Amino acid sequence: MTISSSPPDPSSLWKPNRKASKYVQRVVVWIFGAFALVSVATTFGIIMSLMLETINFFKTVPIWRFLTDTQWTPLFSNPQYGILVLFSATFLTAIIAISVALPLGLFSAIYLSEYAPPQLRKWLKPALEILAGVPTVVFGYFALLLVTPFLQFFIPNLGGFNALSAGLVLGVSITPLVASLSEDAIYAVPESLQKGAYALGCTKREAIVGVILPSALSGIVASCILAISRALGETMIVTLAAGQNPNLTLNPLVPIMTMTAYIVQVSLGDTPAGSIAFLSIFAVGMTLFIITLIFNIFSFWFVRTFREKYE
Amino acid sequence: MISDSMNQTLTEAALRAQNVFVYYGSTLAVRDVTLDIPKNKITAFIGPSGCGKSTILRCFNRTNDLISGARVEGKITFHGRDLYAKGVDPVEVRRRIGMVFQKPNPFPKSIYENIAFGARINGYQGNMDELVEQSLRSAAIWDEVKDKLKESGLSLSGGQQQRLCIARAIAIEPEIILMDEPCSALDPISTLKVEELMQQLKERYTIVIVTHNMQQASRVSDKTAFFNAEATDKGGKVGYLVEYDDTSTIFSNPKQEYTRDYVSGRFG
Repeated sequence: MTISSSPPDPSSLWKPNRKASKYVQRVVVWIFGAFALVSVATTFGIIMSLMLETINFFKTVPIWRFLTDTQWTPLFSNPQYGILVLFSATFLTAIIAISVALPLGLFSAIYLSEYAPPQLRKWLKPALEILAGVPTVVFGYFALLLVTPFLQFFIPNLGGFNALSAGLVLGVSITPLVASLSEDAIYAVPESLQKGAYALGCTKREAIVGVILPSALSGIVASCILAISRALGETMIVTLAAGQNPNLTLNPLVPIMTMTAYIVQVSLGDTPAGSIAFLSIFAVGMTLFIITLIFNIFSFWFVRTFREKYE
Repeated sequence: MISDSMNQTLTEAALRAQNVFVYYGSTLAVRDVTLDIPKNKITAFIGPSGCGKSTILRCFNRTNDLISGARVEGKITFHGRDLYAKGVDPVEVRRRIGMVFQKPNPFPKSIYENIAFGARINGYQGNMDELVEQSLRSAAIWDEVKDKLKESGLSLSGGQQQRLCIARAIAIEPEIILMDEPCSALDPISTLKVEELMQQLKERYTIVIVTHNMQQASRVSDKTAFFNAEATDKGGKVGYLVEYDDTSTIFSNPKQEYTRDYVSGRFG
């Protein structure tokens, strides 16, 4: 086989099918658009269904009673729906969780980004991210079967179900989120600022506390808020370890019932569909949705207002 | 007579580098630099990219320590004290020998806090308002910012940011200010302002400036060091000091051919 003596006419080698590619282009745009629409439409669908059922619920239970009653007794003959009861439980576990996760996550982030030798960092960071991959149900029975008995060792009157151990374990479960996002925020602080701090005679600690952390503040706060929303909506740990007892209390030692735990209880139970007790889970879900939405909007606003533009 | 003037230059040297070699990892970056930085003068380091002028500058306040793998051999003395001796705290060195960087890097804090921060961490006990005003005045930026001290340092223009960074460096009262291409990110008007500022500052401080801009070196400096780079066998580049003399000599009557070629714009 030899190369043919007369090379082919170059213009015959290039035959783009412009018409077809234009057609394909248009189809592709539609396909991607449709996929993008699915997620948006789903969100709207969820909000719509939540809203409709919530409105039905408030036709029977006046909204001011929902907001001001101090009892949550949906299965009594004279039921009361005081969301404060469930909210206090959710709030309590979330507060305990974030007071564990913020120091743990932030200090890990500082250590990882500023102090850890590269070799150690290479191992530590993935290890931390594995923690984020542990199913929350595992954390749940870890709290119930290990942490609670351990805590009862020190606090004898601690209930078998309680907010304390649920909150602590919940905190551990959201620590990777705080650590990972805070580390990103710290990492994003330009190196030039760090050098500037050293050039003024800062020690490493002074540079971190005085310059790097304040510069990363918006990202750290955002990570914290995201973690709180995650803690508010978390279900398995609190359902398993915090109990099923609607108590209006901020005492972390007694059994309580969070909003998510209540939704689980009704969804799994034999509450007839369409009954008021059944509709109440939509009102609770809506409340949870609104709370997390407020948090997310606040975080969005905070980041936009306080993010520094270095260029 | 001669020995007298020699003695005088000896006592007036603020910084002295003797046979300094700098390595990054196992790579030699700069070889065998020996020079004296005279007190209350402006010394300019010029030379093509990669000739090691910034590397040598960073040795003077031990900011090379922050680069992993960097190693300095030879002797650098500051008023006769070895900066790299055991027991010398680099943090203390940097407090005495300030630095201004190529890109203005004000902290994302208020203008006031940008100045006060360094003073505070170094344990300044006096009146902070006075120190802030005095530092901003010394950096010739007071009139432009006096009504907005609470605003972020990042809200200023590039030239103002750079003068803010100079004010920040002055506020901790160093003896020496190292400037690493301080005007390369600035427009000509801002550059002019910074250059004027340097002339005022040299009465109180010793200034070492690295610059790519030969006109700048000839305008502002009293002494000029010309560095060059030569290729090594391994394909890398190693910087060395070609010539160091009064600025007028370097630009009008240099002794080395390389220097003449460089200052006349034949290469670099």
